[in-house]
Amino acid sequence: MRNFLPIFKKELASYFTSPIAYIVYCMFLIIVGYLFYSGISFFSILSFQSLNNPNLAQGLNVTEGVFRPLYLNMGVILLLMMPLLTMRLFAEEKKSGTIELLLTNPIRDVEVLLGKYAACMAVYLVMLLLTALFPAFTTLVGSPEAGPILSSYLGLLLLGASFIAIGTLVSSLTENQIIAAAVTFGILLLLWVISWSASFAGPTWGTLLLHLSATEHFQNFAKGVVDTQDVIYYLNLSVFCLFLTLRSLESKRWRG
Amino acid sequence: MIEVEGLTKYYGPSRAIENVTFSVNRGEVLGFLGPNGSGKTTTMRILTCFMPATRGSVRVAGHDVFRNPLEVKKNIGYLPENVPLYTDMTVRGFLNFFAEIKGVEKGTRKARIDEVMANCGVEDVGDKLISKLSKGYRQRVGLAQALLNNPPVLILDEPTTGLDPRQIIEIRELIRRLSGEKTVILCTHILPEVEMLCGRVLIINEGTVVAEDTPENLTTGLQRSHRIHLQVEGPAAEVAASLEEVPGVLRVKQSSPPSSGPHSYDLEVDKSDEARKALARMIVNRGWGLLEMRTIDLSLEDVFVKLVTTENGG
Repeated sequence: MRNFLPIFKKELASYFTSPIAYIVYCMFLIIVGYLFYSGISFFSILSFQSLNNPNLAQGLNVTEGVFRPLYLNMGVILLLMMPLLTMRLFAEEKKSGTIELLLTNPIRDVEVLLGKYAACMAVYLVMLLLTALFPAFTTLVGSPEAGPILSSYLGLLLLGASFIAIGTLVSSLTENQIIAAAVTFGILLLLWVISWSASFAGPTWGTLLLHLSATEHFQNFAKGVVDTQDVIYYLNLSVFCLFLTLRSLESKRWRG
Repeated sequence: MIEVEGLTKYYGPSRAIENVTFSVNRGEVLGFLGPNGSGKTTTMRILTCFMPATRGSVRVAGHDVFRNPLEVKKNIGYLPENVPLYTDMTVRGFLNFFAEIKGVEKGTRKARIDEVMANCGVEDVGDKLISKLSKGYRQRVGLAQALLNNPPVLILDEPTTGLDPRQIIEIRELIRRLSGEKTVILCTHILPEVEMLCGRVLIINEGTVVAEDTPENLTTGLQRSHRIHLQVEGPAAEVAASLEEVPGVLRVKQSSPPSSGPHSYDLEVDKSDEARKALARMIVNRGWGLLEMRTIDLSLEDVFVKLVTTENGG
């Protein structure tokens, strides 16, 4: 694992020397900021109305009313943004031929893979941290509960880890970044909508479809529930995709 | 140092190389020649563990490329064709990245990078982005990368393309300096370069080795015929006809008829000396004036073209 760090540093640097990271951060924060703004505005109107309506006031909770929908929506926005972060990981190197330079140097495939994956995760982590501004700001004017917010971030972290793993796998299979992004987006979208048909697919298939859905597993985290079943789902998905990526890299060694 | 045995590579059903066998000794510079698409780059990619062979074995510095690729890669400095580089890095950043990967000790890393930068003549662009560099500089940055950990084996795929004449001379000088201590495989199209630098030449065509020898032996020994330049005073048409009748003469070509004075002829004769004796005798007997007779050495270029085209039946 000696070469993990140089790869990690190089990949991280290239996210920031090309403006990819800044652009993705910027667009992500604009959209999340807008959602936060409209959520909290609506909530404050409800709060004013509840002054005259004690029944309404009972159900009011800033965590439930603002942050839960916000984090659920963030999951969906990530689905759009993540392919943009992952598409270049291997596809760019294959296209420009630098993969030949890299892989003919004394380096293990697993070091290349984990270095690149960790760099993308770091970029994503910073993106998540930037959104922590919204709950931090809310503590000035209200009292959101820490528990569900922290569990939501844990959920988003796991969700992102699995999305990035899927994107990494797809990027290792093509040398065209557009194809990498489009296919990753397609897979992520499918993982989101796959649960929609669960209600009429019968009991066995319905449970299976619900279990496969990446967004369904996030619901619990947004509620403040950390269920090992959900944690395992995301870890499983991530490790499985990374394993396949490693095989896809190694296949160059033996495939004729 | 490098032993290649029975190397065969198929891309699906199409054959890239077939049964390529050669070896390179320590400190030797091997010229690897071949027309485009003859399997040069494929061979280099197998040697550098980028691609597996369909059949055959390769050992570099005692390590098998299939079983122990990491050790092989530690021993090879490779400059790929077209020199792919990370264009969003600075030259120094790029070299530092590869020095780390090649395991150059942290304490000596900076000194080593400075040394290869000076050797390759890129010290004045150290802080520039690679995307801003000219082809010549990129080529030299790629070469600097290959030299970072001072590997015993260098594999250079067309190292001087895209350089200006002065840079070409510098790079050749560098290769010549390295050639004593390092084992070098030089893939190139530029034949004078091979004659200048390489102790041995291997010519590959359509995936198979068609010749392997020193440049000198290739240009003299391997030829199937001698070329002779003649200047004879006499009636041109008659002389040409008579020359063709001499046993051992394969072909006669009258070279550029001069406005006045004796005609010149280029002859191809078989390798024995009998043909030359017979030619001289015949000319003297006929009473013409034999003004000049000399053998012409084929250049490596002629040998190359000949080997490569005759194999095609051309």
